[in-house]
Parts: sequence; structure tokens; C-alpha cells
Amino acid sequence: MTAIDPTAHLTAEQIEELGRELDAIRDEVIASRGEKDSAYIRKVISAQRKLELVSRGVLLFSIFPPAWLLGTAGLSVAKIMDNMEIGHNVLHGQWDWMRDPKIHSTTWEWDHVSPSDQWKHSHNELHHTYTNVIGKDNDLGYGIMRVDEDQKWHPFHLGQPLWNFLNACFFEYGIAAYDLELGKNLHKRRRKNPEFRARAKAVGRKIRKQVLKDYVIHPLLSGPSFLTTLAATFTANLVRNIWSHSVIMCGHFPEGVQVFERRSIKGETRGQWYLRQMMGSANISGSKAMHFMTGNLSHQIEHHLFPDLPSNRYAEVAVKVRALFEKYELEYVTGPLPKQVFSAWRKVFRLSLPNKKPKVKTPDREQELVAA
Amino acid sequence: MVTTPLLPSDYLDLVSPLRAGADLRGRIEAVHPETGDAATIVIRPGRGWRGHTAGQYVRIGVDVDGVRLWRAYSITSPTNRQDGRVTITVKAIPDGKVSNHLVCRAKPGTLIQLDQPTGDFVLPQAMPAKVLYLTAGSGITPVMGMLRDIEFDDVVMVHCAPQPQDVIFRNELHDLVADKKLRLTEVHTDTDGMLDIARLDALVPDWAERETWACGPAGLLDAAEEHWTEHGVQERLHTERFRPSVVVAGDGGGEVTFSATGKTVDADGATPLLDIGEEAGVLMPSGCRMGICFGCITPLKAGAVRDLRTGEITEAEPGVLIQTCVSAAAGPCDIER
Repeated sequence: MTAIDPTAHLTAEQIEELGRELDAIRDEVIASRGEKDSAYIRKVISAQRKLELVSRGVLLFSIFPPAWLLGTAGLSVAKIMDNMEIGHNVLHGQWDWMRDPKIHSTTWEWDHVSPSDQWKHSHNELHHTYTNVIGKDNDLGYGIMRVDEDQKWHPFHLGQPLWNFLNACFFEYGIAAYDLELGKNLHKRRRKNPEFRARAKAVGRKIRKQVLKDYVIHPLLSGPSFLTTLAATFTANLVRNIWSHSVIMCGHFPEGVQVFERRSIKGETRGQWYLRQMMGSANISGSKAMHFMTGNLSHQIEHHLFPDLPSNRYAEVAVKVRALFEKYELEYVTGPLPKQVFSAWRKVFRLSLPNKKPKVKTPDREQELVAA
Repeated sequence: MVTTPLLPSDYLDLVSPLRAGADLRGRIEAVHPETGDAATIVIRPGRGWRGHTAGQYVRIGVDVDGVRLWRAYSITSPTNRQDGRVTITVKAIPDGKVSNHLVCRAKPGTLIQLDQPTGDFVLPQAMPAKVLYLTAGSGITPVMGMLRDIEFDDVVMVHCAPQPQDVIFRNELHDLVADKKLRLTEVHTDTDGMLDIARLDALVPDWAERETWACGPAGLLDAAEEHWTEHGVQERLHTERFRPSVVVAGDGGGEVTFSATGKTVDADGATPLLDIGEEAGVLMPSGCRMGICFGCITPLKAGAVRDLRTGEITEAEPGVLIQTCVSAAAGPCDIER
């Protein structure tokens, strides 16, 4: 948290006006959703499936280095597409309006060890509702790191650069553990909770299926290329993990992003919720291809304002949202990927050490509203 | 296992969506205009198509502006068509999303979702000696399926349409008349006024002796049912309705929970639960939207619902299924979607 509250200059009415303007942007997109959008997601899904099939086909001959390189690159991209532009966004319900049972948040399953229903709960319901609220949003450091001065320091945090690196490499397992709230649930008393056990079993089943496919069946089908295919699928999973971890770190950890106290969201209005999303998220600037590979999470601010709008529309929404940031004199945190990744990592290193508690007070808008 | 988390069919669908074993789909091959606001859609059904009986309808799922919408349409092609294609004939109705899309904008090559044909508005095994078809507007479509399928010795048709040019299949009907295979009376309601069912005595003196199939607006069918009953020959009358007849202006309503999706919304007692669910983004199966096709049936887990056609209340019990398109909330209820 910075020493000065960057939203202190806004009155309660201004914040509600801002909320109405954002609602209008949302309504405009919803009213214009149509055939172009549905054609887009179908094209992406079809391309992803073809790319994965071809890549896995090429990897059957992965004993030849060029085939290994080509197949591994293709499979990495296919896995990233599956998780980012397709899986994450379908599971957000961004495409539910199409009423196609094959592309729907309630039926979708992704190439990931965390079962989609568990991820939807921890991500859609918890993280997106309590974005950047200390003690409520577990995404703030995933329960293993300190990413804000206001979070309590513990000697455990000395190792957080290492924890973060390991989390990046095995990110999908990190997410599965996180969705299970392993840290909390492994306590003796909770371990036996039947609901937790059922969820843990579901994760176990999903892991088994994923591992069987990537590390047993596909290598076996490759015959003499067994070992090289095994190396290829491992590499593709690693590439996907590090890439998605990096993108997601850039969403909330870079310098300039605000966190909030539990107290500050009590009785939060729609306008104040929007404002928290605006101040609690950061974008990544770059080319169309980069936006696509991040699943349009490079438009993290827009995604957090409107989590269920189709991802292909965030780019046009961003222009209008950015104009609102300027109008209300707020800082739009954005930058190229390397810069944002570096910024997030620097924070992870810096906050592995204790710091003095900053003296900040978020303005008490509850009172202000009553006065207004 | 090879394709987890997807199924092999997800990949096969990319190259062969009409193959045997796939979800039933069809491809639009041609769209032929029939009248100013009606068109015949030629569909190549997938390999799983089981074939229809003349007079039946099919539920089709069409993507309109990117949104999958399901409707039921009568099949107008004969059952023995050589090329295996089936046709439906659609009349664009005012504000009809699907009908207008199919008539005006559907393009050959488009994939649509299909259901197996169904419906009991069909001809009997034993051929009746004398037949009357009583139709109005697009009510002619299931009857056209019958006319093209089976020839009877003695067939009379009374068809109502606003003007001559509004009569769907007019040329084909007149060809049948010229070949003496059909006796046809056209009632042009713009000039003749609505058909008074009592006029039937003059138009078809032996109507009461004829096995009759009637399809058209509720007004015509209600009058026909009354008329046939009055003369004690109601067992000779077979009807097909395209619109639900809603009798209950709902009262009650309540909080509706869609427990599989985890959504809860308030519903009034007059809006079908199908609309409520769709509005809330719940994946609701749907079909005719008028209570005939049972494409929308869904388990009722708790609470009570009211049938909008009869006012009848259905309460939750294990195994109770409701038609969401004609049911509204009668107090708080839980729908398993």
C-alpha cells in the first residue's frame, strides 16, 4: 500500500458516477454480442484442438530433434491456449450466453490438474469478489508469500523467492492445492472433513488422468520415442506453467497496485467495488499475439471490471476504460511483459524481508456516504 | 484416456460432425422461398437420424446472433425421399427470432442441431377411406408432409390464408387438384373473413364421415373440437397446435433456485421457468416452448410450480419432471439445472 491513497480525491458521488459509466460500457458490449463473437471462440477452440493433435502427432517421432522442437513448441502453445484464452474465460461464463452446452461454464473441463468446478469457486467467487482484500483474497501471495507491506511478515517469507520459483514451475499443482485450501485443510481436525476428502479425491482423479495421458500413454504410443516424448510433454507443461504464472503475477503484484483492508469493503457500493477492481489490477501492454497468448488477461483491469464479458472484446473496452481512468485522475497501471514481470519479482524479493508498518488510512467512505 | 479432459468425439466433431455416433446434427443444404414470408429449408441429417412418420415435427437448434435457440417445426418432405434429405417449411412470424432467421438469413452449409422426429399428429396404420385436412396458415406444413407421403382415394382440403399469394405450396396443391388427387377449398380470410366452422356443412357436406386432421391457430382448432364434439364424432378429429393456450394469469411466484448451477433468482407467477433460467444464464434445454415436445423437461427438486395452461399445481417429489416452458413458480422452488 502506498503512503497516499490514490483515490482520496474522489467524492462518494463521483465514485457512483464512475460506476454508472462502467455499467454503460458493460451494457454496450452485452447488447452487441453476436455471431462474430461466437464465431471467434469456435475458431479458437477448433484451432487449439487441431494444433494439439498435430503437435502430439509430430511428437510420435520426437526421437528426431527437429520433430521434438516443433512438437514441443506446438504442444506448449496448445496447452497455453487451452488454459488461458479458452479455459479460464469459458469457466468465467464469458460464453454462456451462446447457450451451447459444449462451450459452457457448467460443462467445461480443461487441461489442468485442478478440476474446473473447484477452480471456479476459488477463482470466480473468492478472488474476483474480494480482489486484493488482505485476509479475504488468497490470490494475494497464494498463502505462501507476502506481496504487500501490510501483510504480516513471518520468517517463512525469507524463502519466498524460492517458493515463487517452484510455484511457477509447478503452477497447475500449486493452483490445485490452492483451490483445495490445503494449507488450512491439512490441519488434523479438518483433514477428516468429508467434504474436503471428496474434493481431494476429485483432484486426485484429475491428476491421475492428466499424468496418465501426458507421461504414460502418449510416450508409450511414441514407441522408440518414449523418452523424448516424455521430455516433450514435461517441457510443454513446464512452459505452460511458467507462462501462466508470469501472466497472472502481472495481474495484481506489480508496483502501483493497491491492496485493501477487510474493514474498507464493509458496505461497499457498486461504484466502490468497481474502483477497487480498477486500483487492484494491472495490465500488460503489447501486440495482439501477446494479448491472445495471455488469454487477454493482459487486459486484467478490464477483466476484473467485467469478468464475464467475452475476452475478444476487452481490447475495445480497454480504450473506454482508460479514458475513464484519465477523467477521474486515476493511475492505469500497465507496462510491457518483461517490465511487469520484473516489477512483480522485485516485490517478491523485497517483501521477503520485514518492513516498517506504513501509516496509511483509507478514507472512511462509509461515513462520507452517510453524510452525503 | 488419450484425449482427457476432452472426449474423442470432441476431435472427431471437427472433421465429421454428421457421422454416426455423433450428437445428432444436420447441415442446411438449400433454402427455397415459398411465399413472401415462408421458406423451405433442405436439411441433410446426420447418420444417426432415425427417419420420421408423415405429420411429425422435429426440434432444431439454430444459432441466431450467436445464441443457440431451439424450436419445433413440422417436416414437409415425404418419408421416402431418395436422397435422404428432410425439409421443414418455416413461416416468419412477427418478432420470431428463429423463424425470421431461417426464412431470411439462413445460409446453405450451416450446421444445426437436431433431435429425433416426434409427434403423434400422424396417419393411422389402417388407411381411412375418406380424409379431410382442415388447415390455416403455416398449419398446412404437417399436412403437406402427409399429402406428399400417401395418396388417398378421397381427400378434401380446406385451407385458410389471408390472400392467394399467402398459400404455402399453392402450385403443388393446384397440380394435385389438376391430377384429381385432391379437392381443395381455399378460404381467403382477407376477403372472405375468418372461416365459420358452421360453413363446413356447405363446403364439405360429408365432413362428419371423414377422418380429419386439423392444424392452425387456436381459434380454429377450438371451434373444430367443439363442432366435432357437438356432432359426436370427436374421435375422427386429430389436431396439432403450434401455440400454447395459456389460461392462467399467474399469481404467486417466488424464489427459484437452479441448484446445479448454483443460481437463485426471483420469479413472478406468470413467466415460464424456462425464460427465467435462460435470463439467469442457466443452461436450460428447450424445444417448442409451448408444452408439446417435452424437450425442456427438468427435475423439480423442491417447491411447487403451476402449469400455465391449466393452472394445475405440481409439487416436488422424487422423480417429478416438469416442462419448464409452460410452468411458472408457485412459491419458492428448486429446479435441477
